[in-house]
Amino acid sequence: MTTNNFVHPFRYFFVVALLMVLMLLLAWRAVDLQVVNKDFLRGEGDARYLRDVSVPAHRGMIVDRYGEPLAISTPVDSVWVNPQLFQPSHEQQKQLAKKLNIKRKKISKLSSGRNRGREFAYLKRHVSPDVARQVTALGIEGVFLQREYHRYYPKGEVTGHVIGFTNIDDKGQEGLELAYDDWLRGIKGKKRVLKDRLGRVVENVESIKESDPGKVLRLSIDRRIQYLAYRELKAAVRRHGAKSGSLVMLDIQTGEVLAMVNQPSYNPNNRGAFKSNRYRNRAVTDVIEPGSTIKPFIIAAALESNRFKPETVIDTSPGLLRVGSNVVRDHRNYGRIDLTAIIQKSSNVGATKIALKLEPQTIWDVMTRVSFGYSSGSGFPGEASGLLTHFSGWNKIEQATLSIGYGLSVTPLQLARAYSALAGDGYLRPVSFLKLEDGLQAEEVVQVFQPETTRKVRGMLEKVVGKGGTGTKARVAGYRVAGKTGTVKKSGVGGYTDDYIALFAGVAPASNPRISMVVIVDQPTSEEYYGGEVAAPVFSRVASGALRLMNVTPDNIPPIGTRIASLGDAP
Amino acid sequence: MKIADTIDIYSSASQESQKSFLYRFHVDLPLLLGLLLISAASLVILYSAGGQDSELITRQAIRLGIAFFVLFILAQVSPYHIQRWTPWLFAAGLMLLFSVLFFGESGKGAQRWLDLGFFRFQPSELMKLVVPMMVAWYLSEQSLPPRFSRIMYSLLIVFVPVLLIAKQPDLGTSLLVGSAGIFVIFLAGISWRLIFLFCSLVAASAPLLWFTLHEYQKARVLTFINPENDPLGAGYHIIQSKIAIGSGGLYGKGWLNGTQSQLDFLPERSTDFIFAAFAEEFGLIGVILLLAVYFFVVLRGLYISAQAQDTFTRLLGGSITMTFFIYVFVNIGMVTGLLPVVGLPLPLVSYGGTSMVTLMASFGMLMSIHTHRKLLPT
Repeated sequence: MTTNNFVHPFRYFFVVALLMVLMLLLAWRAVDLQVVNKDFLRGEGDARYLRDVSVPAHRGMIVDRYGEPLAISTPVDSVWVNPQLFQPSHEQQKQLAKKLNIKRKKISKLSSGRNRGREFAYLKRHVSPDVARQVTALGIEGVFLQREYHRYYPKGEVTGHVIGFTNIDDKGQEGLELAYDDWLRGIKGKKRVLKDRLGRVVENVESIKESDPGKVLRLSIDRRIQYLAYRELKAAVRRHGAKSGSLVMLDIQTGEVLAMVNQPSYNPNNRGAFKSNRYRNRAVTDVIEPGSTIKPFIIAAALESNRFKPETVIDTSPGLLRVGSNVVRDHRNYGRIDLTAIIQKSSNVGATKIALKLEPQTIWDVMTRVSFGYSSGSGFPGEASGLLTHFSGWNKIEQATLSIGYGLSVTPLQLARAYSALAGDGYLRPVSFLKLEDGLQAEEVVQVFQPETTRKVRGMLEKVVGKGGTGTKARVAGYRVAGKTGTVKKSGVGGYTDDYIALFAGVAPASNPRISMVVIVDQPTSEEYYGGEVAAPVFSRVASGALRLMNVTPDNIPPIGTRIASLGDAP
Repeated sequence: MKIADTIDIYSSASQESQKSFLYRFHVDLPLLLGLLLISAASLVILYSAGGQDSELITRQAIRLGIAFFVLFILAQVSPYHIQRWTPWLFAAGLMLLFSVLFFGESGKGAQRWLDLGFFRFQPSELMKLVVPMMVAWYLSEQSLPPRFSRIMYSLLIVFVPVLLIAKQPDLGTSLLVGSAGIFVIFLAGISWRLIFLFCSLVAASAPLLWFTLHEYQKARVLTFINPENDPLGAGYHIIQSKIAIGSGGLYGKGWLNGTQSQLDFLPERSTDFIFAAFAEEFGLIGVILLLAVYFFVVLRGLYISAQAQDTFTRLLGGSITMTFFIYVFVNIGMVTGLLPVVGLPLPLVSYGGTSMVTLMASFGMLMSIHTHRKLLPT
């Protein structure tokens, strides 16, 4: 028996050689992939798992003038699904629906055929991190979280109109949230992450750009005054069954808005209740005819013409005045009264007679100086500029109606600003919703009235609140108040209706005015509808609180013997 | 040239060669070392590719243990007995294949399993061993090189089971079984002219063969030709696999650091495509080392076959070794995009049981061939 004659030795050699060649082929292929084409393939590989994702930025806080938060962003999670991976079982759907408090139908719809082509769908936005953790714990494939920030307004309705709100994507939609969106909104960062095939972030690789959180916005609003204003206005609107109301308070020395409230209001934390008639900031966006509150400006024009003095006597009898086909009426026949009494009693006949004796341009000039017909420069979104027609187009009737506050329109904010100039220190300042540092914006301050004029007008306005005036209910204990009432017949389709707007505009304290305030109650349906009865009491209560909160020295101390607590060191 | 079948002429331990402890237990140390190295590599890469699942590793380790045990048992069986049982095993294997055809269990769309009540069993696996054994047995009955008619009968022995397996359908296994049988015929020394003739015949019938392929098989071939055609469907595997291998680079990303495999981009990364996971984490250096160990095992197998003392063992040893090589080549060729995707695991490394046991059994036979030397020098 031989061992070698039945198999070719050559065959074995051949086989070894062949296998060697094939092995080398594999080795070469490995070299080809891992050395020659390495960079390309590695790039392809990286493209599969390295992703640049944006890092949400924290929206800046809005605080009041003392740093108290009015709008804050809290981190929340939004639950989203990738419908291509999201195939929850019946049991999982039930658990998910319960945890997120949504309908199971919504879940089953997302995992159904119609949505299979999508890769992203929100299941529920803005859930608390705690709920989000529980959802993750369910371990359902295709469910992901996205970090977002939810805007929360601690003062709710009280600051709703001024601050406005953001949408669910954290973008300002209304109010100062919109006006200062760029300032508040942070700059989104970018980071590189490692994602697996299912899109789950496995690891943060590096931060490409840090997210830049938004800046804090410090408002001029004093939240305590704001709350007081809110409470009093709301009470008045309710008591008088009014349709709406507005209140604006400005700091006369700076032009800052100290308080601005409207009724009806809304809670910015409850997005479901957003209706434009509720979230409109009427104090800025709505215009009204100012009625009798315009009279001090006519008087100012008269005083500046040097043809009138506060003591100049005007004959207002018989209590009505025919101007063309129109008749201007007083409540009763006041007879011969001086300018001060015209303001004090709010005599329409008196005001009209004075106005008709003045050049149209003189009147127009005063009104334009206080910026009627122009925006207040507050920058508030949707701010109305009101309407004041040019004097060249005025006829006698228009000049007459204008002098009693009809035929022009102003916003409550404009009126408050104009009063801060006329009854304040004579300076017109830009309105600021932001807290100003000392000395800022001084260049934009314009002196629009001589101190002499403002002093005289203020003296007359004090009489309004004094005995026999129309605005006695605006009195504030301990402080002198200068103001003017207004009761405006509302214009409707085809003329004036029987509805009224009750107004009070004024400043305090009269000796050295610090605040200017306008209170408007629209369409009171109770027995009372005069500005002096409806709006003046609101002014009184809010000013009383505000002056004390601002530590303004009282200028109207009762005679010695009357004890007032907390004023121990006053003479 | 028939071997005396009345007495066992093999000794249980070689008289004149080394009498080491391992040798007495019919274990070939170089072959065992090679296999152990590969098994170790399997556990290491599986731990990473399987998501560091210790249970997975335990199961694979148990399988390896069983496989090595089978190797050890088969190494004790002398080639004389193997040769004697061959026709019976072949007959039994054929019957099992037929029964799969009629009573088989389906799994993943193919009918490959036979449920014997207490365990499930893939007769095609058995045929990987039995077909080359049968051809070697048949051809070694007469002197070599074989006559033409014997070659034809041998081809029949090969193709009946191959066709039965292909019908299941299990293309990968049928190709392996077929090549194992063909290797025996080749090693038996058929003339180059005949080889050339057969090759041309196969090439000519290739277009015809195309139409007998299943749709998924056609898709695999088409995908092989141009994987980028369908990057999300059939081409996905091969593209991802190439990316994984390529991003390994020269030194690899390091154990447990392979992004493509760890992040779930690489499909089948613990089974058929485990080579890509290995290449990503251990780089070209690791790949070359792994290939070297495989080649060492192949060379040792060929050496054992060349040293074999009779025709049957020589043909069988050669076929076993070459089949093992084909395994390695087809799998790595497929994973690196050289060959179409054929569902073949990387031998001894991929996660999975049946083929591992078969492979180890064949290595057991190789060891048996080497360590059972004839008492009487010829």
